[in-house]
Amino acid sequence: MHFDASSVVPLYHQIAQQFTAGILSGAFPEESQIPSTTEVARSYAINPATVLRGMNELVDAGVIEKRRGVGMFVVQGAQAKLAAAQQAEFFAAQVPRVVRQAKALGITAGQLTAAIEGEYNHE
Amino acid sequence: MSEIKFKNVTKRYGNQQVLRGVNATWEAGKIYALLGRNGAGKSTLLRIVNNRTFATGGAVTLDGKSVVENEAAQNRIFLMSAAQLYPADRKLTWLFALTRQMYGDFDDELAKHLLAAFELRDSAKLGQLSTGYQTIARLIIALCVPCDFVLLDEPVLGLDAPARELFYQELLATYAQRPRTFVIATHLIEEVATLVENVNVLAGGEIVLAEDVATVLAKGRIVSGPAGLVADYLRDTPVMRKQALGGMLTAYTLDAPLERPLPAGVTLDAMDLQRLIIELTRGERHEK
Repeated sequence: MHFDASSVVPLYHQIAQQFTAGILSGAFPEESQIPSTTEVARSYAINPATVLRGMNELVDAGVIEKRRGVGMFVVQGAQAKLAAAQQAEFFAAQVPRVVRQAKALGITAGQLTAAIEGEYNHE
Repeated sequence: MSEIKFKNVTKRYGNQQVLRGVNATWEAGKIYALLGRNGAGKSTLLRIVNNRTFATGGAVTLDGKSVVENEAAQNRIFLMSAAQLYPADRKLTWLFALTRQMYGDFDDELAKHLLAAFELRDSAKLGQLSTGYQTIARLIIALCVPCDFVLLDEPVLGLDAPARELFYQELLATYAQRPRTFVIATHLIEEVATLVENVNVLAGGEIVLAEDVATVLAKGRIVSGPAGLVADYLRDTPVMRKQALGGMLTAYTLDAPLERPLPAGVTLDAMDLQRLIIELTRGERHEK
């Protein structure tokens, strides 16, 4: 994990993002325990309140859960949930951004579609 | 919940007015950064809390009672500063025992852990320690006292970068285990930016900013682009400073109108804590 204190992304949200990436990549498998707030706070010299706020984003999203007296665990189905959320975010935020940029550069819908199809075929 | 409260605290040294009316609250169980230019009065403020000097006016209270010559309150407050002098021929073990006597308790287990982590022997004589190790000895004591309010004045003076990082990690480890209030006065803003929950900025003898770090950074932005577009985007937004270069304008604001669409050609960059403090205290006269 890596955190950037000078990023526009608030630190607590970076915590949530890093754990999200870890769960999606399988580094934190479903049903497994994730590092404690204290462990993350200590390892990266980040205030525990900040770490907790980031983890609570994932608790609220139903991706991790607290098990009393044991710690935080990745819930069953977390990967699918996160993947769906990221897809939704892609269509809601990334696509409009690319289209805005394309428009600003005078690229037509046809040109953009052709470029996207080209990329898919290239893969 | 316990708290230390400052009400209109002033301090005058001769004809020099260092503090002009400090109002602030330090709550239980939070980590604060106390920031300001050289000579802003950070050390003075900490020394007033710990009765090493006295305010000219105003009041500092712990749970509503003045801290002045209040032994019960002072037993709950610890100030670590570079000014502490110890007898050169005594050993570290002697200092730990003395501290236990003064504060009624001392976390021996943590002290042992920290000695090992920093590779310091408790049989070392105080006079033989290098500048860095004297700081480490003081830090170990500050983390092991049972006090609810631990004030650290330039805590990492003379420490190399790995030792500083180790200290920040150990501070958070013990804080997580036993939450208490830490107030860190430092110039190494970048290093404590992620560590602290709240920030107090001292300028012109007053606290000019007392805020949750996440909140203050949420809307702090550096806006740059063609002057007309930047002005149009910011409109009536308060700006700390503007810098023009030809037709380009850079504006520093704590309250960026993030809800407005950003005109093409204008960029928004994050303002980190260090940049924010520089902009906030830029005009401060440099004195000592």
